[in-house]
Amino acid sequence: MSDLSTRHIPDRLESPARRLLKSWEVLLLAVAVSIFIANSFASPYFLNAWNLSDATFNFTEKAMIAFAMALLIISGEIDLSVASIIALASTAMGAAAQFDVSAATLVLIGLGTGVICGAFNGFLVTGLGLPSIVVTIGTMSLFRGISYIVLGDQAYRGYPAEFAFFGQGYVFWVISFELVLFAALAVIYGILLHKTDFGRAVYAIGNNPTGALFSGIKVARVKFILFVLTGLMSGVAAICLTSRLGSTRPSIAFAWELEVVTMVVLGGVSILGGSGTIPGVVIAAFVMGLVTFGLGLLNVPGIVMSIFIGALLIGVIALPRLVDMARR
Amino acid sequence: MQAPVRPEDIDTATQVPVLNLNGITKTFPGVRALSEVSLALYPGQVTALVGENGAGKSTIVKVLTGIYQPDGGVLELDGKPTSFATAQEATRAGITAIHQETVLFDELTVAENIFIGHTPRTRWGLIDWPEIEMRARDILARIGADLDPRAPLRNLGIASKHLVAIARALSVDARVVIMDEPTAALSHKEIEELYELVERLKSEGRAILFISHKFDEIFRIADRYTVFRDGEHVGSGLISDVTEDALVRMMVGRSVDQIFPARDKTPGKKVLEVDSLSHPTEFDDISFTLRKGEILGFYGLVGSGRSEVMQAIFGITSPSRGTVQIDGRRVTLRSPADAVANGIVYVPEDRGKQGAVIGLPIFQNVTLASLNQTSRNGFTRLAQEFDLAREYTERLDLRAASLDQDVGNLSGGNQQKVVIAKWLATKPRVIILDEPTKGIDIGSKAAVHAFMAELAAQGLAVIMVSSEIPEVLGMSDRVMVMREGLLAAELSGADLTPETLVRYAADIKGAA
Repeated sequence: MSDLSTRHIPDRLESPARRLLKSWEVLLLAVAVSIFIANSFASPYFLNAWNLSDATFNFTEKAMIAFAMALLIISGEIDLSVASIIALASTAMGAAAQFDVSAATLVLIGLGTGVICGAFNGFLVTGLGLPSIVVTIGTMSLFRGISYIVLGDQAYRGYPAEFAFFGQGYVFWVISFELVLFAALAVIYGILLHKTDFGRAVYAIGNNPTGALFSGIKVARVKFILFVLTGLMSGVAAICLTSRLGSTRPSIAFAWELEVVTMVVLGGVSILGGSGTIPGVVIAAFVMGLVTFGLGLLNVPGIVMSIFIGALLIGVIALPRLVDMARR
Repeated sequence: MQAPVRPEDIDTATQVPVLNLNGITKTFPGVRALSEVSLALYPGQVTALVGENGAGKSTIVKVLTGIYQPDGGVLELDGKPTSFATAQEATRAGITAIHQETVLFDELTVAENIFIGHTPRTRWGLIDWPEIEMRARDILARIGADLDPRAPLRNLGIASKHLVAIARALSVDARVVIMDEPTAALSHKEIEELYELVERLKSEGRAILFISHKFDEIFRIADRYTVFRDGEHVGSGLISDVTEDALVRMMVGRSVDQIFPARDKTPGKKVLEVDSLSHPTEFDDISFTLRKGEILGFYGLVGSGRSEVMQAIFGITSPSRGTVQIDGRRVTLRSPADAVANGIVYVPEDRGKQGAVIGLPIFQNVTLASLNQTSRNGFTRLAQEFDLAREYTERLDLRAASLDQDVGNLSGGNQQKVVIAKWLATKPRVIILDEPTKGIDIGSKAAVHAFMAELAAQGLAVIMVSSEIPEVLGMSDRVMVMREGLLAAELSGADLTPETLVRYAADIKGAA
């Protein structure tokens, strides 16, 4: 081990800029731009500030959950109960609204329900060591089931007027409160995942949970926090969605978990864990929003839309593989 | 079956190799793993492939078995150029490998594991269970393995699993058998049985490629050798024409000092005190002390509970009773995070699974346990991380293309260096090394030994779990011998001999 023999090891062989050019995110951005251009040709109503602003509601609420879900999936876990957490949180807020509570109280109830549900999932997974896919399929039925028991075929209405701001308010011109919240959360989650020790732990756990544990990382604690964050974001989405709709039915946000997971995977997060980025998820949110909005303008029915989203997901994921195979 | 062929009957000048590789090159991003190497395997002969970690041994095995496609060079089977696009094609050509880390299926039975991928079928295309069981019994008997074909694999120990892997390799009628460090996980008796098996395979006219770091076994069973160094072919020939020294020189390109580093053996003050540490099933009543600057060896047979004790001290498992003290202060270690915070670090035996975080770049592996040093208020700082990673990896003479490279692309020995670098960066008080030189070559071994001595000299307290007697004797100041979860003896000075170690570890009569 003499100093004479030490070899210098370079930091990187490839500059970060070059690596970025080859990245998934850049490819996805190209897809987003193409869809944008195609849409503007396909429909004369597309390039209208208010129409575009309306289009953002297609993805803002789902994307809020997708940010936390991205971290959870990178860590090697998943939460399929997110849409049911929305239902339960919305039901809790609706029930409270019947007693004329303030909008602030409703927000606290929505966030609190999300946190409790997330903590419940987190406890079952990290405390009892159960697999998250099974746990959250279970709680998916459980949470929404409670909503059905409470509401049946009824709906809660009568939310206070100030409560409407979260889903219907505009901060400036066509910029909605939801869009601002989406942007702020994108920055917060981007920093959390890419610039903090916590984010590093998430990647380490996703790549090798045993190795991470043996490196002194508090694996169970990190995972628990991720479940709570996902629950919290479901609570945030519940507030926005309930406010936007102005009512709560037990079928609210039905099957959203699939769209959230689609958004995360489309954003380049490995479903096996270990890799993915928040910018990728942000772009994926725009791609999905643009596709649904564009098809909506062309009066394409909802079922065709979901076929299109599914095809898009498979196509974008298969593309790099196909390019790889063609090169050989 | 072919007629028995003995090596002495073979006219080596005229004999045709079954498999001949010429000018094989394989490049990975930033690394040239193989550079125009050649390798010939002859029927009825054992060819030993030797080389340091990172010499390209594993890569050539993957080329031979169709997992990697070479970038250049010719692969000849019976003198005819060929290529294997997939692992199945290599298997069909009669090439089979028993890997270093065997890929088996815990939830399947022994027989299913042996025949998976080429299960015998009935004429209706269904699995022929009686046939599988009969043939599995037959193969197991042939290799002298006393295993029930119907037993689920998860109930077997590591040595038995290895036998299953060997049986699996023999279940296809292999012309070329590749054994990648087959004795690494085996006990003494099982190694003897393996040698007999190799002899039998030779007599059946099969060509064997034997990869090993142990020179005694190379000289015992190999007929030929081929040496790789840094991805290049540096020599080959008949074992009878070469000496151990000459082989070592070829391997490392210099002569290696086999003598263990001399050390000042005056231990300092007590750092770690373990008192009657117990576990419900794995070990009981373990007490010992460790001093500053000391290397404490832990010797015992595989399964004697050494690693389990270390993992309890490292906070992986919780002891049922007993205490651990650091500097006379009692500490509760509920997780590795607690242990690290108290200055205890652990370099595990299972590098790939417990040591390195494969998928993360080298620098992130190194800084994983020291982010508190490189980060500010929980926010990572890349420049500081690269500096810290460089400091420790260069100190350990890591061979890597860049610090941003995935740690999974490194050879086993270099992954080990990354794991050690990670722990040294935390500036620990006690470092526990579990089989630190297992499966690594002589050159790296000497480097690890020198480095351990240096760490002890700098005042670190070192625990070394090892199954290699020369290493235990050469490196340790004192040795704790474990047997069946209990401390059998504490040996030092004149009592510390190969005979006493073996006697206490195996409870041979005469060990008072």
